[in-house]
Order: sequence, then C-alpha cells, then structure tokens
Amino acid sequence: MRVAAVVSLALAWGSVARAQSQELRWGGDAEGGAPFVEANPGDPTRVEGFDVDVATLLATGLGRVPRFIQTGFTTLDAATARGDFEIGLSGIEDTPTRRSRLAVTIPYYEFREILTVRNADRDRFRSLADLRGRRVATLGATLAYDLLVDAQARDGIIPVTYEDDVHPYSDLALGRVDAVVLDFILARRGALRDTSLFNQPQPLAVGHYVGVLAPTQTALRDRMNEILRSAMRDGRLEAIFRRWNVWNEDQPRLYARLLADSTSTPVEPSSLASANEQGDAARTFSGPRTWEAAWRYLPALLNAALITVVLSCLSMSLAVGVGMLIASGRIYGHSSLRAALTIYVEVIRGTPLLLQLFVLYFGLAPFIQLPAFLAALLGLGLNYAAYESEIYRGALEAVPQGQLDAARTLGFTQRQILVLVRAPQAFRLALAPMTNDFVALLKDTSLVSVITVVELTKQTSIFAANIGSWVVPGAMCAALYLALSLPLARIARRIERGWRRA
Amino acid sequence: MAAGVTAVLEVTSLEVRRSGRPIVAGISFSASRGEIVALMGASGAGKTTILRAIAGLDPIGAGTIVLDGMTLKPGSIHRGHTLRELHRRVGIVFQFHHLFAHMTAHKNVWLALVHVMHRPLADAEARAHELLVSLGVGDRSAALPHELSGGEAQRVAIARAIAVEPPLLLMDEPTASLDPARRQELAATLRQLAAQGRTIVIATHDAEFARATAHRVLSIDEGRIRTVS
Repeated sequence: MRVAAVVSLALAWGSVARAQSQELRWGGDAEGGAPFVEANPGDPTRVEGFDVDVATLLATGLGRVPRFIQTGFTTLDAATARGDFEIGLSGIEDTPTRRSRLAVTIPYYEFREILTVRNADRDRFRSLADLRGRRVATLGATLAYDLLVDAQARDGIIPVTYEDDVHPYSDLALGRVDAVVLDFILARRGALRDTSLFNQPQPLAVGHYVGVLAPTQTALRDRMNEILRSAMRDGRLEAIFRRWNVWNEDQPRLYARLLADSTSTPVEPSSLASANEQGDAARTFSGPRTWEAAWRYLPALLNAALITVVLSCLSMSLAVGVGMLIASGRIYGHSSLRAALTIYVEVIRGTPLLLQLFVLYFGLAPFIQLPAFLAALLGLGLNYAAYESEIYRGALEAVPQGQLDAARTLGFTQRQILVLVRAPQAFRLALAPMTNDFVALLKDTSLVSVITVVELTKQTSIFAANIGSWVVPGAMCAALYLALSLPLARIARRIERGWRRA
Repeated sequence: MAAGVTAVLEVTSLEVRRSGRPIVAGISFSASRGEIVALMGASGAGKTTILRAIAGLDPIGAGTIVLDGMTLKPGSIHRGHTLRELHRRVGIVFQFHHLFAHMTAHKNVWLALVHVMHRPLADAEARAHELLVSLGVGDRSAALPHELSGGEAQRVAIARAIAVEPPLLLMDEPTASLDPARRQELAATLRQLAAQGRTIVIATHDAEFARATAHRVLSIDEGRIRTVS
C-alpha cells in the first residue's frame, strides 16, 4: 500500500520534471511594450508582441512549450547568465560585450537608430552635432545610450536616460529634452503618438536584435540558429514582423546575408558608427577589460556619488524642516489642521515613493514641469517629511508633562516652551531614528533614476550593463555607499556622546 | 487672619472637577504676606489639586482664587496674557521637581529671568548664582538634573521658582525626597524665605514637618478642610 503510494508519487514527480524540461523558459520585459513584448490588454496575464512570436517559433522548433518569465530590461543579461531562463528575447541588441559574455543567436531583425526632434526644430537639429549643450534622451543600457555617451565627448550633448520608451517622447514634446535617440520601431511609435514630433530620415547607426543564452548553452543556441534560418527561408519570420507591422526592406537583405553564411557569427555586432561609416565600429567599441573599464568609469561613479550626497543632504534638510512643521501642527494646531496633516502623513506613508516620484515628475508635467533634480528633491524630501514628523511628534510627546507645567508656571509662552524646553529634549530622542532615516534616504535616492536623475546606483547599472558583469561595479558602488553612510553614523554617535557628557 | 495684614492669597469655596467629578469642594482659606500655611492630608486627599488650581495649571469648577489682587474664576483653562500675569505672582516647586533635564542647574534658574523677565544675561546669571549659593547648592551650578541628589534638585527647583520673585511660593510634598536631617534644613530655609516676605503654601502628608514649619496647618480629607490648627 505504502510502496504503491511512494511509487505513484515518484511517477507524478517524474512527469512534473518532464513537463518542465519540455518548457522553453524565455525572459523578456513586458514593460518594453508593443511591438516587442507587452501584456495583452484583454488578458494582462498573457503577453504578446513579435518577441513573443519569435519565442513561440523557437519553442515549437524545439518541440517545447514557451513559458514567459518577466525580467527587468536592464537585468536581462545577468538573469540569462545565472540561468533564470533558457533564452532572453526583448529587443536585445547585438553588442560586442554580449557576444563576449553570453551565447548570442544570429540576428532576427535589423533596426536603425533614429533621431527624433520637435517639428519646429526639424531643420535646426539634423544630427547629434547640431545638439551641442542640449539634452538628448534615450533608454539606459542600450546601443543608443552608448551612441549618446560617444556624442557627449565628441559633440558636447547631454545624455538623459529613461527607464521606459514612452516618457522620452512626451518630455521631448514638453521641451524637457531637445531630441530623442532610439531605434526606428520606438521612434515611429513616438512620432505616431504625438504629431508635433519628427523623425529625421538619416539613421545614426544600425543594429540587430538577437536572443541571448547562458555562455555554456552553445549547443542549444546552434539549434535555435537553425530554427531561425529555416523560418527566414520559409517566410515564417517575415509573417511575424508583417503581423506587427514592422517589416521593411532592410530585413530581406539581412536574411540573405545570414543564409549565405552558416557560421554562428555571420554579421558584425551592432555598430556605433553611423550607417555609412561602419569601418570605425571596431575602434569605438573594443571590448575593454573589466579593471580597465572600472578605471574608466570611476570618474562617472564619483560624480554620481556626489549627486547622491547632494540630493540626500538637501532632501533630508527639507524633510527635517517640513517634518518639524507637521509635528508642531499636529500637536499645537487647530483640529482641522491636525486632521489635514494626519491625512498627509498617512497618504505619503501608505503609498510607494516610486509612485510619488512618477506623479511629481510625469503626472504633474501637463500643469507644472519640474526639472528632474528638483522633482527628485521634492519627492524624497516630502516623502521623508512624513516619517520625520512622526519621529518628532513621538519625541515631543515623550518630553515629561511635568517639565512643561514647570515652564508654564515660570511664565514662558507656548512658543518659548517649545523652543527652549520641549524641542531641544525631543531632538535628543529623535537623533538616533533620524540618523537611521538619513541612511535609508541615502539609499532611497537610487529610486530617482526613474525620473532621469543619474545617481550612484543608476550609473553603476549602466556601467554593469556595458561591461556585462555586476561584480566589480557592484563592489565599487557598495564601497561608495558605505563611504557615505558610515561617517554619518559616527557623527551621530559623537553628538549623542557629547550630550551625555555635557 | 489678623486684621490689617495683607492677604496675598484668598481662596473662597474652591471646587475642582475632573471628568465631571469633584476632586475638592468648598475649600476656603487665605495666606498673608510672610506666612507659611500647610495643607495636610493623606495622599489622594486633594492637596496637589488645590496647588495646581492656584498655579493656574488646572481650571476651577466653582469658587474664586484671589492672588495678589488678581482673580481666577471658573471657566476654561487660562491662556496667554492672563496666565503670564498669574505666573508673575506664583511659583511652584513640584514633588518631582521637574527640572529641565537638558540644562545645568544654573541655566534652569536663569532661563526665566532672561526670557520672561527680560533681564540681561550677565545680570540673570549672577542672580541665579547668588540664589543657588544662598540655598546651599552653589557648588552644583554646572551639574545636570540627573546628577543631583533629591535634596539638591529640590533646592535648585526652589531657586528656579523664586528667581522671578513671585509673592507666593507653592510646594508639593517637599519632604518626600529628604532624610530627617535634610527636613530640618528645609524647614529652616522655608522660614528664612518667609521672613524675607514671601508667602508659602505647602502640601504635605508629613504632620511633624507641617507643625514644625507652618504658621497654620489645614487638615484636608476627601477634598474638604476638616480642621485648622
């Protein structure tokens, strides 16, 4: 009886394991949106897009069932390398770094990098060289970003990175940036959404989309290459791209080159150089060694750390000031003021900081266009003010009533009692939790990268994406955060010790 | 009260309620210049409540308190100007002293001189030092409240209360934190302060101390005056 149970359990387990091996797990970012990967509007649990169709094509060719694994765009490479899924497909660009770190399939789509400007500027801003001193937006960790970093040194433009491909275009229309560089698919969608935008016809560079696999999976990669080639031959790939309305005359030319060469690397990786001077590509992008890269990125990291420090200090000052006002209002204020402040504190504490930053920067944009740094400062400062106010309120209420009575009978005014007796003692009680919050704030500044402020963590992730590894950039980033937060804790301890001795 | 002697404090039919319930009722007594009056009774008898009402810390339910020409009547808690006028007339030393915990003994004493009486800082510091010396704690000027013994803290609290020179000084359970020898010293100190023209009202459960120190002792029981001796 028992033996039978164990056997049937083992059989059941075996069939589960078999079912898993028959799956093709593929990673992509549904935030990337149509036509790559997006949640089905009718059924958000399902995804659709040409990358979804390519994944299905590959799975079918392997006799497996595709299963989608949601992964953030900037972490796709790392997730692939650690084996979260067999293949990453999400408009992933073919770069020399990816080729050196991962097993990369042959390209399945060719795209052009397009410069988008406002209609009014179409004759003024024809290339990146025309945009000296101006802000040019793109997605972080992309070929377009490398293109902009290159142009920053050469043409003096200011690159601005976004986490998504919608807001670069809406901010362009609003005048927060003067141009956007992204691939043709995104540029066309951006210009369709807002008719005040214009796509310059001359491409800045040419690139390819590929699938990425863990470096050991070359056998699987080669089988996938065969499936892709056969789909190119019999028109199944063409059908997919036609269905998503992104088929153009560049694709048959690419497919012809791929079918004529049966090696695993029939074309050069996506090139930084403009479409008509591809010869320079190798010079600009010669896969640098990690330590060399670390040395090159150090100034950028230090600069980003400075932004983190300045932003932390300013937002903490704002949080302390506003927090004190809120706490005083909640203790001394009229009942209607107390109610309003309680609502503020509860709403701010009960909703994610990330959401508040989005609302401040993007949500309010039609009414008031806050510069990114100011929006970050306000978002962090006003959010932390709610937490600080609760610390101060608790600390103020912890000052013994007897001392307040004593102060009243000495003839002090309420205001004097607060300033001379209550607040100084409350501050001593509040110091430790405030230090704690300052350290938390220092790290929460990493969230403001979603509104285009490049601070320490964002700079690190760009660095990591470009060299294809998190080990050295992660260690450097951690060292910088510690270098910032440890002295803070020391200063706080010293102040506390001073008080105890006084 | 002898005719011709000025009454600094005149309490008439005082009633104090808490959550609608009377804590003390029908309290009438007076104290004249230079007099020490003790309110005596077990804890919970309502002594502290009477002191807090006189000091303007709790509102009164019925009756009146006349303090050096100023009248407190039933109603809500006193505010602003009225309260400050009142506090120029009365000082209080709490049972647990309630010294400002973050300031030295010296600063506890001069703070009100500077911020309430608007005396120059140097002047206020000198006066505070003088008071601490006269109360025998001149050498503890620089100590923080938590570093003081019960007796020392009490002397600093007395100095703080009388620094602004109120005609009336209230003391709640002054012997609670003192050993017998210190009690005698305190009695001497209070008589000395009274001799300088201050009126002192003490709330205490210590019958011996009350009789030894006060000119008059009022026994309070269940919120009413029972006997006067």
